[in-house]
Amino acid sequence: MTSQRIGYAILIILALVAPAFAYPVFLMKALCFALFACAFNLLLGYAGLMSFGHAMFFGMAGYFYGHVVKAWDMPPEVGLLAGVLGAAALGLVTGALAIRRQGIYFAMITLAFAQMVYFFCVQAPFTGGEDGLQGIPRKALLGGLIPTKNDLVLYYVVLTIFLFGYGAIYRFIHSPFGQVLKAIRDNEQRAVSLGYEADRYKLLAFVLSAALAGLAGATKALVQQFATLTDVAASTSGEVVLMALVGGLGTIIGPVVGAFIIITMQNYLAGFGQFVLVIQGAIFVVIVLAFRKGVVGEFAEWWRRRRTASSR
Amino acid sequence: MFELLGIPPQALFGQLLLGLINGAFYAMLSLGLAVIFGMLNVINFTHGAQYMMGAFAAWLLLGYLDVPFWASLVLAPVIVGLIGIVLEKLLLKRIYHLDHLYGFLLTFGMALVIEGLFQLQWGSSGAPYPNPIPGGYNLGFMFLPTYRGFVVLAALVICLVTWYGIERTKLGAYLRAATENPTLVRAFGINVPRLITLTYGLGVALAALAGVLAAPIQQVSALMGTNLVLVVFAVVVIGGMGSIMGSIVTGFGLGMIEGLTKVFYPPASNTVIFVVMAIVLLVKPAGLFGQTK
Repeated sequence: MTSQRIGYAILIILALVAPAFAYPVFLMKALCFALFACAFNLLLGYAGLMSFGHAMFFGMAGYFYGHVVKAWDMPPEVGLLAGVLGAAALGLVTGALAIRRQGIYFAMITLAFAQMVYFFCVQAPFTGGEDGLQGIPRKALLGGLIPTKNDLVLYYVVLTIFLFGYGAIYRFIHSPFGQVLKAIRDNEQRAVSLGYEADRYKLLAFVLSAALAGLAGATKALVQQFATLTDVAASTSGEVVLMALVGGLGTIIGPVVGAFIIITMQNYLAGFGQFVLVIQGAIFVVIVLAFRKGVVGEFAEWWRRRRTASSR
Repeated sequence: MFELLGIPPQALFGQLLLGLINGAFYAMLSLGLAVIFGMLNVINFTHGAQYMMGAFAAWLLLGYLDVPFWASLVLAPVIVGLIGIVLEKLLLKRIYHLDHLYGFLLTFGMALVIEGLFQLQWGSSGAPYPNPIPGGYNLGFMFLPTYRGFVVLAALVICLVTWYGIERTKLGAYLRAATENPTLVRAFGINVPRLITLTYGLGVALAALAGVLAAPIQQVSALMGTNLVLVVFAVVVIGGMGSIMGSIVTGFGLGMIEGLTKVFYPPASNTVIFVVMAIVLLVKPAGLFGQTK
């Protein structure tokens, strides 16, 4: 697929020069949400499991990062690791319970667990309750080698983290593990009859997705220097679903496109308060009714049709 | 007076009453969700918003047209139910052939739009609704506000009437048959699409009725249903959506458990229902009254 390679090359060049055209903090926030959306899509698009509670991994990882870096005074690498491992552990517990039901019940169960985590965060002392964790210091990475106080430098750090996460997801999907996941998604009984333990694969996909969502959440806390209740709230779980849906479920680049569209929209509409919610809701309705493939999915189909038409 | 494990009886029975009232709302809302899911195969995420609309309808009817509470108890569910029917005809109807997840997403989007519009118009802080039957009784061991007692009784009656309507009437029989096998029921000359529309309207009206009952107890606000619907999802997972009676029993039971938790270990009162959900998933994944479908 040479056109795919050219596409990726263009995107990476764009990402490298982007800080010259846009505010780095905005770009970093968008990259964090893009990774978050990719992690969510790994689960829905490739394992067919819709989690409506992914904010618990994203938000909790932010708290873990903040607590380790601020209260325990550890370097940021340890904070990121704590975020990833903490989210993975949470994913293991909630995932093991949630995969006991399928389809719509799975979505409701994950939603309920996320709400439980939310209530826990409101009360737990280490999250700072309504105030959140404020003023997490930005410490230098790699033992002082990379200063993160400068937004431009930090942008390239975040871009590296994002590319690492994206690459990991790409590897998962194109590995034998990913093929089995797709088989389970398309026909679970058949995969089981072929000797695959579907529940184990589902749980592994859930934990991986949670860990990557945790990486995104911890990175966001590194960038913004705070972790708040918003990131564990149900609205954030809804937002990540929207991003993946707008971009295109089951396309690997779709959630990235969706995240940039939604974050840009939120940025421009920030002054309009509740209008953001109304518009996000309206986008949900329109996409579900008319464009279920999302931006990337619809584009890919148009491209394929054009090529088959020209080759004839 | 006697004391129980060091808890004064006023506190214990007070919280039990609160739990019973919360349970009444869980029961009414999970009942509506179960009825809608049975017929439409859609988990109605808009349920919380429609509950809120019921409360708002009563509040607006009182403020602008001076309609008393008792009339709103009938009018508000009818209005909100009709709005629900319009939404079903315009939007929901188009996604029945798709995976259940799309119904969940569509109704989630609808809830965002509705709650956002109400917030834009009336803000997110609540407005009070006057208590239609003030006063109360001193029962010796506790004080029972009349209205709260009325809510529990009204919810019980509503639940039982719904149960009777579905399990014991002809319309209910059509409904159950159409849930089992819509194609066959259609072949018998019954207008199934209209039955579906009607079911959604009734389910929504049930949510709105719960909203009207809640108006004098809670503040009427745009977000009053947002968190409630998430708890009701957990209730539905615990009970399973297979049986009507199951929804009612689970709803009231969980309300009581929540009330008791408030007495004995207050910090866990917000999360206890989710803990129960986790335990039920471990022990009986299909839910207490559910069949695997």
